Amino acid sequence: MVVRSWRHIKERYCLIGSRCKTCGRIFFPSRNICPYCRRRGELEEYKLSGRGKVYTYSVVHVPPKEFERMVPYVIAIVELEEGPRITAQIDCKPEEVYIGMPVEVVFRRIKEDGEDGIIHYGYKFKPVNY
Amino acid sequence: MRDVVIIGYGQTKFGELWESSFRDIIVEAGIKAIEDANIDGKDLDAIYVGNMSGGLFVGQEHISSLIADYAGLTPLPCTRVEAACASGSLALRSAYLSVASGHHDVVLVGGVEKMTDVVDATSAIATAADQEWEAFFGATFPSLYAMMARRYMYEYGLTIEELSMWSVIAHDHGSRNPYAQFRFKTTVEQVINAPPVAEPLTLMHCSPVSDGAAALIVCDAERAKDFVSRDDMIYIRASTQASDTISLHSRESITTLKAAKVASEKAYKMAGVTPDRIDVAEVHDCFAINGLILLEDLGFCKKGEAGKIVAQERIKIDCEDFLTVNPSGGLKAAGHALGATGIRQVGEIYWQLKGDENCRGRQAPIKHGYGITANVGGSGGTVCVHILSNNRR
Ligand SMILES: [Zn+2]
Repeated sequence: MVVRSWRHIKERYCLIGSRCKTCGRIFFPSRNICPYCRRRGELEEYKLSGRGKVYTYSVVHVPPKEFERMVPYVIAIVELEEGPRITAQIDCKPEEVYIGMPVEVVFRRIKEDGEDGIIHYGYKFKPVNY
Repeated sequence: MRDVVIIGYGQTKFGELWESSFRDIIVEAGIKAIEDANIDGKDLDAIYVGNMSGGLFVGQEHISSLIADYAGLTPLPCTRVEAACASGSLALRSAYLSVASGHHDVVLVGGVEKMTDVVDATSAIATAADQEWEAFFGATFPSLYAMMARRYMYEYGLTIEELSMWSVIAHDHGSRNPYAQFRFKTTVEQVINAPPVAEPLTLMHCSPVSDGAAALIVCDAERAKDFVSRDDMIYIRASTQASDTISLHSRESITTLKAAKVASEKAYKMAGVTPDRIDVAEVHDCFAINGLILLEDLGFCKKGEAGKIVAQERIKIDCEDFLTVNPSGGLKAAGHALGATGIRQVGEIYWQLKGDENCRGRQAPIKHGYGITANVGGSGGTVCVHILSNNRR
């Protein structure tokens, strides 16, 4: 599990995705193949700004074990200003979130693995001007 | 390609089957199907089984060997097929292709899941989503559908009352099905006021955790005459499948399942029918919102209209101006034993089109003789559609 976390550090800590030089589309998480251009595509690293809007959301009341202490928490799909959408928690009260809410990325502790005690970090989003 | 028919079906009750093991339930379903088809084990050429995760739920992989062994059917080739909650209908599709191609004549196809043996079912079910980019951040499987529901409400003005009517009708149908997990009726108020799971979805918008198994016998249409009369053969007129991104967030729209649209359009073409000729459907309502979305994606109404149709109860068995939807009670009330669900859906349509006595009290009006199933894996990453018919054409 440790190695699996290291592998994603660039993406989860620095929000680095990929951009297809052929069609200009931006992907997050990064891809090795552009699904639109396939063999004609050429992908390069692309750093996302971390600003976006809530596209949709839910408030989780029945969590997996590692998230039990956070309930209820807000999970959302955020549409980044560069286009890609990503799944993340919103660091706000359940009653504050709405579709269209402007948010920006923050780095937080995501969860703790019960068995091996590893703490996983990654991105969450918080309301802008908060 | 040869014509392929279903000649037998059997299932266990779905629910918390604490007294039965994984192997007990799949063997029970298989024996019932074999008896229903009036065949003998020696008539079979192969076995296919749909199962999402024996490994996570009961700590057992290599269930193909286990099932052939405990069904007393070794050395028949047995193949396990996996596509999360769509595993069952993918197993059927594999069996269908093997018979249509002429490679096999008579095939047993089963689906099975034993879910109540594990403590943290929520984590096990979440493996149907993207582990690294959804589940890692705290997205649960219900929360993905909840986010679809929230966006659908935003785009089309669906109300929580309209959405809740889906569950009310599911429980009404389920109350008439002796194999269903839930046989009690419910009301819109009870659905809305049930404990929240992932807002806006409550426990009563979600299908349950279930144990269950189901099995079908599929057969070459010519060979089938050796076993059953014409009235007991139901034709598989289409078997199609499509894929989509595993993560919900990667899709252009989350208020439609593109894979369901693609697979069903192909299926109508393959069967040579239009949606208005379908009498009865079993659609994958793992969460109430998915039932609504599938009614639209399968072409039964326009985008955004499903909520009104459901609120007017036009999908009910007793209503004749629309097709009947989920006469079994669907995943919501009949239960959702993941790998078994796709087989159970097709089994219900097989019974319905035959006018089988198992449908007493919940027989859909059959006018054109066509039924459809839509079985969804994950949040829509796999969709498998089957169209069945009771006429020879
Ligand atoms: Zn491209």
